[in-house]
Amino acid sequence: MTSKAKQVYLIPYYLWIALFVIAPVLLILYYSLFDLNGKLTLSNYANFFTPVYLKMTLSSFWYAFLITVFSLLVAYPAAWLLTRTKHKQLWLLLIILPTWINLLLKTYAFIGIFGTFGPVNSILDVLGIGEKQILFTGFSFVFVSVYIFIPFMILPIFSALEDLNPTLLSAARDLGASGWTTFRRVVFPLTVSGVRSGCMAVFIPALSLFMITRLIAGNRVITLGTAIEQHFLVTQDWGMGSTVAVFLIVVMALVMVLAGGRKGVRHGK
Amino acid sequence: MENRNRWSNLYLALVFIVLYAPIFYLMYYSFNSGGTMHEFEGFTLDHYREVVQDTRLIIIVINTLVIALLSSAIATIIAVIGALAIQHVRSRRAKNTLLSLNNVLIVSPDVIIGASFLILFTIVGVKLGFSSVLLSHIAFSVPIAVLMILPHLEEMSPTLTDAARDLGATRRDVLTKVILPVIRPGIFSGFFMALTYSLDDFAVTFFVTGNGYSTLSVEIYSRARQGVSLSINALSTLIFLFTVLLVVGYYFLTAKKAKKPSVELTAEAGVPR
Repeated sequence: MTSKAKQVYLIPYYLWIALFVIAPVLLILYYSLFDLNGKLTLSNYANFFTPVYLKMTLSSFWYAFLITVFSLLVAYPAAWLLTRTKHKQLWLLLIILPTWINLLLKTYAFIGIFGTFGPVNSILDVLGIGEKQILFTGFSFVFVSVYIFIPFMILPIFSALEDLNPTLLSAARDLGASGWTTFRRVVFPLTVSGVRSGCMAVFIPALSLFMITRLIAGNRVITLGTAIEQHFLVTQDWGMGSTVAVFLIVVMALVMVLAGGRKGVRHGK
Repeated sequence: MENRNRWSNLYLALVFIVLYAPIFYLMYYSFNSGGTMHEFEGFTLDHYREVVQDTRLIIIVINTLVIALLSSAIATIIAVIGALAIQHVRSRRAKNTLLSLNNVLIVSPDVIIGASFLILFTIVGVKLGFSSVLLSHIAFSVPIAVLMILPHLEEMSPTLTDAARDLGATRRDVLTKVILPVIRPGIFSGFFMALTYSLDDFAVTFFVTGNGYSTLSVEIYSRARQGVSLSINALSTLIFLFTVLLVVGYYFLTAKKAKKPSVELTAEAGVPR
């Protein structure tokens, strides 16, 4: 009897899903079928498979991969050490705090730090290496991105490590495993879900960053995100932009299926 | 063992230093009387004066706050409804589908959200500016607020509502006197998350602002593209202090409730957008 009444007040939410979740994806798909003159065509897709775009896609993936790997290499030990500290929650909060600061401001800071007269170059100078062009290189792009993403890698790994049963470690030690063996055979396999979540939380955004490439890499690095931004806001070629977006959506879906299946990254439960 | 401890502390310290160095670097040079971010000439508050006297900037700050408060309030209301909707669904499959749809906007890269909203607004005829920014902020804040509210709703014992109904409460009474008070912490954290989402967002807003309307992060981006200007540093110092206040306040609010705040979710929600 009340099911009708229920339906009525649920409308805003379903409307939200229809308008802002389903419609946008369909619109992107639809627009990817039109060229600059508004003609229905598959030429955007044909374009996408030309060397120019394929090279861009490849380099975008390569950078995203590098960013993910370096974040993981820094974050895993950090997460591990964090679980060993007293006042864990406080330290964790301190890891989280920088993520609340606007990403653009942090990126902007690196313009100064990596600049020609910045502190990094002064240090290089003192060390006798001499000044280097750091800003506007692939290196600075990777460094700043890793910097931005590290907390998002640390957190899921931290919580996976927290869930680890400590008796397993004692058991491994009792059975004569060395530290490295314990890590390789016990700790890492049991925390791989956290690693996976972390990698997903880093890899997909890393493919689509465009503000860092613009500010730090000086258009030296072009990611899929940069390409989409360029097509939509600069050249106004929405068709091609949508095509790149479709590709990104497909990749995203693939990564999620490959990496996690049901246990999505940022599900509440 | 001692030695190992020292190394591990050193490593952690290094991570923290790197995490905070850029932020303090910005703050330090905000007091520089020279115009650069590499040579500290002398202490000055000029850049703060500049920020305070910049009417355009102040209007932008107000815009940002208005958008944030308004969008998160509306998003939270929709999210409460959404959480109820998800909870009411009986079939497991339908529930999962609904949850996946809910999470699409959390997982999608910002450029895609921004670009698709730009298409949507252009087709529907929403003028780019205040309304398009407000709508998109509401749109991307809803799912995270749902995720913050849902666990509270699911933890609530169903006997509570049954009892209320047995005692003769109307549907509305059950909602306002039983359900809403029980899930209040979730509603608060949902609102807070939406707020930070909105304050932080750059990429989506960048796509849908159009000319003449700007929020803080879009403004910072366009200023940063023109190079170093120490008023950005002064501004970022102010923002940093504001953020710390906000976070500390939030933790005090949630710490009172003995429930463990979902630190992880809170932070992951802030993945660069």
